[in-house]
Amino acid sequence: MSTETGTHPTSGMTSTVEATIIRRRSEGGGALIGYLPVGFPTLTESIDAAVALAHSGVDIIELGLPYTDPVMDGPVIQAATQQALANGFRLRHGFEAVAAITAQVNVPVLVMTYWNPILQYGADRFADDLVAAGGAGLITPDLIPDDAAAWMGASTRTGLDRVFLAAPSSSDDRLRQAVDASRGFVYAVSTMGITGARGDVDSAARVLVDRLRSVGSTSACVGLGISTPEQVREILAYADGAIVGSALVKALADGGVPTLAALARDLAAGARDLRPASSAPTR
Amino acid sequence: MSTSLRTEAGPYFGDFGGRFVPESLVAALDELTDEYAIARQDPAFAAELMELHRSYTGRPSIITEVPRFAAHAGGARIILKREDLNHTGSHKINNVLGQALLTKRIGKSRVIAETGAGQHGVAAATAAALFGLDCVVYMGEVDTERQALNVARMRLLGAEVVPVKTGSRTLKDAINDAMRDWVTNVGTTNYMFGTVAGPHPFPAMVRDFQKIIGEEARQQVLDLTGRLPDAVTACVGGGSNAMGIFHAFLDDPEVALVGYEAGGDGAETLRHAATITKGRPGILHGARSFLLQDEDGQTVESHSISAGLDYPGVGPEHAWLASIGRATYLPVTDDEAMSALRLLSRTEGIIPAIESAHALAGTLDLGKQLGPDATILVNLSGRGDKDMETAGRYFDLLDKGAAQV
Repeated sequence: MSTETGTHPTSGMTSTVEATIIRRRSEGGGALIGYLPVGFPTLTESIDAAVALAHSGVDIIELGLPYTDPVMDGPVIQAATQQALANGFRLRHGFEAVAAITAQVNVPVLVMTYWNPILQYGADRFADDLVAAGGAGLITPDLIPDDAAAWMGASTRTGLDRVFLAAPSSSDDRLRQAVDASRGFVYAVSTMGITGARGDVDSAARVLVDRLRSVGSTSACVGLGISTPEQVREILAYADGAIVGSALVKALADGGVPTLAALARDLAAGARDLRPASSAPTR
Repeated sequence: MSTSLRTEAGPYFGDFGGRFVPESLVAALDELTDEYAIARQDPAFAAELMELHRSYTGRPSIITEVPRFAAHAGGARIILKREDLNHTGSHKINNVLGQALLTKRIGKSRVIAETGAGQHGVAAATAAALFGLDCVVYMGEVDTERQALNVARMRLLGAEVVPVKTGSRTLKDAINDAMRDWVTNVGTTNYMFGTVAGPHPFPAMVRDFQKIIGEEARQQVLDLTGRLPDAVTACVGGGSNAMGIFHAFLDDPEVALVGYEAGGDGAETLRHAATITKGRPGILHGARSFLLQDEDGQTVESHSISAGLDYPGVGPEHAWLASIGRATYLPVTDDEAMSALRLLSRTEGIIPAIESAHALAGTLDLGKQLGPDATILVNLSGRGDKDMETAGRYFDLLDKGAAQV
């Protein structure tokens, strides 16, 4: 299987995202993926914050591009991205941030973006500029493979990863389509809902990952509602990666980079140590 | 004519439409698409909807010829399709009754809706009361302030009204929050979308529920005048009343179709909602269509005195009709609309909604262009009761305090 070595069958290029996930799995844990939006609280601080995530044990960075109509995002991320837009966020800042982060740390950076900004920029032009900035690919929350022809072409040509979403409500055919279309990993939506910390991560996540495995996924990462090391540990018992967003954004908003880095270190400990929660060191 | 323009059923209308939504919504959209496909073939569904139209809404709505108003439009013959006389005061009831019936078929117990002016919210709350469904209406905080009476109407009807405080706090943000609710509660909840925008199947389905307007009016005008009108006009925000009256005429190439967009302070200014006139293709709320956006693809806030037209997007079928030249879209300013609102009130004793007044204002110009031999059918999509506070302030009609000045 080409996917086991992180090599994409059509492009022949290695996905650093997938290789990172495979490495973490082989070490007995799983990948920790951390989300932060560009431009929050400022462009410079958002770059520093992403670098701090990498230094604190986050394996893959998901960098969000602020957008006026983020239908998949809950209140915490909405407030942050709205502030970034009010501060004058422009798309070019996304490339600047990716370049600045990848110049300082050796972790893959995926860009999370709603589709209209890419459509306006041009999918091919965006892909070329993202490659030039050192980005690894895109997570596209409002683009389904059915309407993604332009992005499939641009990502195949450039070797960028393309992460599509899979939901508990998706049919088996749609899960198979998401797995086949994705490269890097498949984003398994833990619960029916939007981003934001939740007390319990739905048991639906485990069922969804099992279903993704049965249609051939070797790289399924779970996101939405994850905020604690315990939740990360619980998810990595069955999934390949855990994605944390709102909790990190809230930490950054509340206490700046030091608070963010402390939470990231705790979460990373959860991703490395898969002993049962009762025997894990308390923080 | 070799092909019909009336058979388009989505997901795409030319290059416009589609589904740009989170994967979590696809199953619900598929379910809605499938259930609607079955329902529209079911004579029992059609019969139940027709009976509601007759005995609840008061359909067919009448047409009214307005010669005293027409005297200001170059003497052209002007005929109004009176959707303002429907129960709840606008065309919005046509759509919600269809979608509420569908909700019942699907077996869901809760409906959500977005609203701008409050007309769709009131209609949704009405249908929910009639069918015994729980109802939550999302409404931008700015709109809850300028349409306070409609908020009270919705609450009286038993709906929960949620003021949306994010983004520009208007219709577009209400749609975002309704979508977020739907993603979270899709197992029990149906989204009763209010216009011919959004992801498939909404543009085609809402149009189908509204096309009764044009089907009635086409025959009514034929009966009255013996021929088809030279032009059919309507205001366009999201575009449901316009698609509703245009659709029956799409295959009558001799009938011009003109949609009037909200020009706000002027389409040449930055404060307008003239989406097709000034926007460019992109994605908003799940469909590819025209929208007002900046260079980076960020949605730009729209402006209109009319809450119901204050929307930076437009339905994909309109974008398609504009792109193939079958319909024309022109801007009408706030001032032109308000002037037409007063003119119809004073010449004919009919107070239109500010939304519909945009169509009347455009028709005044169109009549002068087409001349006295022309007949123009105008969709009077709603009545102006809800707009009395705005009109009172605009025309300085409200008494200050208790004293008559």
